[in-house]
Amino acid sequence: MIQLGHIASVIGLVTGAFLINIPLGYAREKSKKYSLKWFVLIHLSIPFMIAARLFLHVEFKYVPFIIIGAICGQFSSKVGDKLFKFFSSVKLAAVLIAVIAFTSIIGTIIEQNGDPQNNLKLIERIFGISSAPNIYSIFYSLGFMDMYHSIWFIAILVLFCLNLIICSLDRLPRISKIVNEPLSPLKSGAASKFSIHKELNLKGNIENYRGKIEIFFKKLGFYPIEAASDIETQFYAQKGAFTRYGIYVTHLSIIIILIGSVIGVFFGFDGFLNLPEGEVSDVAFHKNGSGEQKLGFSIRCDDFNVEFYKDTDRPMRYISWLTILKYNKEVKKQVIEVNTPLKYEGYTFYQANYGPMPPGKGVIVLRVTPNGEAEEILKLKVGESFNLAGTNLTATVVQFAPALAFDKDWKPFNYTEMMNNPAVFVVFKEKEETKLSWWVQKRYNKTWEIPGGHKIELIDNWGGQYTGLQVRKDPGVWLVYLGFMLMVIGLFFAMFTSHKKMWVIMSSEKGRVIINIAASANKNRTAFEEKIDNLSKLLS
Amino acid sequence: MGSSEFFGLATIGYIVAMMFYITYLVIKNKTIGIIGTTITVASFVSHTAAFILRWVESYQLGMGRAPLTNLFESLTFFVWCLILGYLIIEITYKTRSFGAFITPIAGMALGFIELSGISKDIEPLMPALQSNWLLAHVMMSFISYSAFALSFATAMMYLILKTKDKKEPFYIFWILACGMFFIVLAGMAIDFIQFKLITKTSGELITNFLFKATFRAESPFVVITSWLVSIIFILGLWQYGYILRNTIEYFKISEKVLEDLTYKTITIGFPIFTLGGLIFGAVWADQAWGVYWSWDPKETWSLITWLIYAFFLHTRYIAGWRGNRIAAVAVSGFIAVIFTYLGVNLFLSGLHSYGGMK
Ligand code: HEM
Repeated sequence: MIQLGHIASVIGLVTGAFLINIPLGYAREKSKKYSLKWFVLIHLSIPFMIAARLFLHVEFKYVPFIIIGAICGQFSSKVGDKLFKFFSSVKLAAVLIAVIAFTSIIGTIIEQNGDPQNNLKLIERIFGISSAPNIYSIFYSLGFMDMYHSIWFIAILVLFCLNLIICSLDRLPRISKIVNEPLSPLKSGAASKFSIHKELNLKGNIENYRGKIEIFFKKLGFYPIEAASDIETQFYAQKGAFTRYGIYVTHLSIIIILIGSVIGVFFGFDGFLNLPEGEVSDVAFHKNGSGEQKLGFSIRCDDFNVEFYKDTDRPMRYISWLTILKYNKEVKKQVIEVNTPLKYEGYTFYQANYGPMPPGKGVIVLRVTPNGEAEEILKLKVGESFNLAGTNLTATVVQFAPALAFDKDWKPFNYTEMMNNPAVFVVFKEKEETKLSWWVQKRYNKTWEIPGGHKIELIDNWGGQYTGLQVRKDPGVWLVYLGFMLMVIGLFFAMFTSHKKMWVIMSSEKGRVIINIAASANKNRTAFEEKIDNLSKLLS
Repeated sequence: MGSSEFFGLATIGYIVAMMFYITYLVIKNKTIGIIGTTITVASFVSHTAAFILRWVESYQLGMGRAPLTNLFESLTFFVWCLILGYLIIEITYKTRSFGAFITPIAGMALGFIELSGISKDIEPLMPALQSNWLLAHVMMSFISYSAFALSFATAMMYLILKTKDKKEPFYIFWILACGMFFIVLAGMAIDFIQFKLITKTSGELITNFLFKATFRAESPFVVITSWLVSIIFILGLWQYGYILRNTIEYFKISEKVLEDLTYKTITIGFPIFTLGGLIFGAVWADQAWGVYWSWDPKETWSLITWLIYAFFLHTRYIAGWRGNRIAAVAVSGFIAVIFTYLGVNLFLSGLHSYGGMK
């Protein structure tokens, strides 16, 4: 991972190299080429940069960036112009998109943040065993083992953003001019130059067609303006000019998503918390092992349960009952599952996994309904007993099994240490004489019916499991979602709508009317043309 | 009859239709083309019935859910969308000549289903997969994949039509892409024949049987022969590629129509893929685990696919990028789609140990 302070030093150094070289470069341009002064002005900043680099503990690998900064400074007067040109080109965008795509491929071939052994094996397979360690260390120092966080990948993303922003700024004024420009009537003769053009020669005079033309426009969803001169009458309208902004909304959304994710990386928290049933915690633990984080409130796990698909060990639901406590007061209670997390004060708790507590933890909760008597909820530990009301029987919970199964000799065993089939072994005695012993299994209600008409249900082994919560705080996530929405809205307008213009010009000639239809659309012209074709049939 | 019978009928139908379409392209007999269309439509109806029945069956099994959750269901849905898209093109453009280029893509997906031995059962879902976001994600991803598949076919046809010189890079590009495609298809067919006719270890499915009869065979002789045959096939294709071009010319499909169709299908696929493939996938991951993006190979390959199509959309604004280059980008885009869906599981997981350890 990169550290904020370190990045600031690197950026500071590069910026410094840039700034210090602006006046030096200016002076150099004034001096004679290849003269001593010229030579000094070029190299003057180097000792300072070396000193600053050592002082700030910036590694040698950043030297190229510093040099680039310095060169940019030297050429700044021309560079400003050139940089703007460079970053406003769509060609660069295509190159950067291709570069990001291509480098990402490498990131999927080399396992990221994985076991070094795997990647070493992969490199051995490609380059042979002897050179593998060297190649591995080269790849390692270039950051390929954690490529998406490496300085150069982030640099590419920064270039990408600059390109996107500057390119948009460069084009927006032109686009907004097109959008805001009111449509004006066509000059005579201009109609035939349009890509969509039709000419109709019809009987009657202009007045016969005025109503029809208006309907023609309305059917296309246009509100026409009329302009008349002594030789012709024109109707014209445009629609969807604003849709030209669509793609800019999409581009903006990319920036917003990237900003949101950067905020998440720097100010977010990524951790976990294994919380046993019944226990409370006011901290969560960093995923990367760097200790704990105070939450500012407490969270309690009231219960945890796994439900299985009928008679199988395929889990259907993992459920945790959670309570949030602030100043020892319950402020929120929620049942969470995978896909339905709990949110509180910026933190989100996701159901991630679960596990057993050491054997013997937890209390066994039974609902006992003796034959003909009222039911009763009992909480017991292994070894404890209770009387079965209305009888002389004493029942003792002898054993708890998290995942009961029987082998071929009908000997009980646990097939996993997870609570896949919790069961208790209950022994019924009358005056020290064992009358009956019985496995009560939580998932199989047939085993609840004890001979003699009694019923014992195993409700829970409360405190016997912990729920594994993923704890996250991502103050940038709302920006990411906002970006998602903008991206879709922008793409919708960019892809499925268009800016359409249409003019209908009528002139009369010897008792006939000549109607010229001219139209344009910046996207999907053929569909627009077809519509016009079909509707123009209504005119004649 | 249950969903699997209807699906079986549809599979056979699509394969037969593919053969009819290819024959139609070769001998240009109108009746053959009409038979091809008829079989395709009938198979499509049967496939639709299978889809609905499977949905009903999942309710009967007490797991009621849309049949779009596992690899089998999503691949068949892809085929369904692809055939639907194809039929729409056939009707609007009134030509059957696209059939021979599009049905093989369906054939490849169906062949993969049969050979990889992926489970066709309606299985209960893990908790993380029980999400409507995921459902929307899968459904929209595959709608967009089928749009991309159509653009792949039309871009390929464009390249075939436009490249005349055998030494031209784009000629070689389409020969390689087309050749590998058919080699993979043929490899699957051989696997299938060997598995069904010779090996016949019924019961145990042919998991990982892909290319076991050819490139991944036990005997080095078979492996070498397979490579030799493939190389000869590609050289032959290179030599006689002009026949394909003449055929497309014969059907009077203009390059403008092909270019248009490629662009149109991508403009339909791209927003759907953005919303369904990337955004809904991210929202689902965020709901389930609290990470909307984690750079895992599958996610990254979706991003690569998306970037390739973004590249495609921007090429219009770069001077000099017309025709062949753009078509080659469209072809590459769909290769990335295939890799996202199959390659990541088959190839990358084999490269690392995390696939093999299970
Ligand atoms: C460095 C980054 C990028 C730059 C500089 C850039 C620039 C541009 C420009 C100038 C246009 C033409 C807009 C117009 O018609 O006036 C455009 C179109 C477009 N851009 Fe980008 N873009 C970038 C990245 C992306 C990315 C990552 C996407 C992915 C969604 C994207 C999606 C689009 C789409 C969909 C269009 C519309 C293309 C069409 O109309 O066919 N752009 N871009």
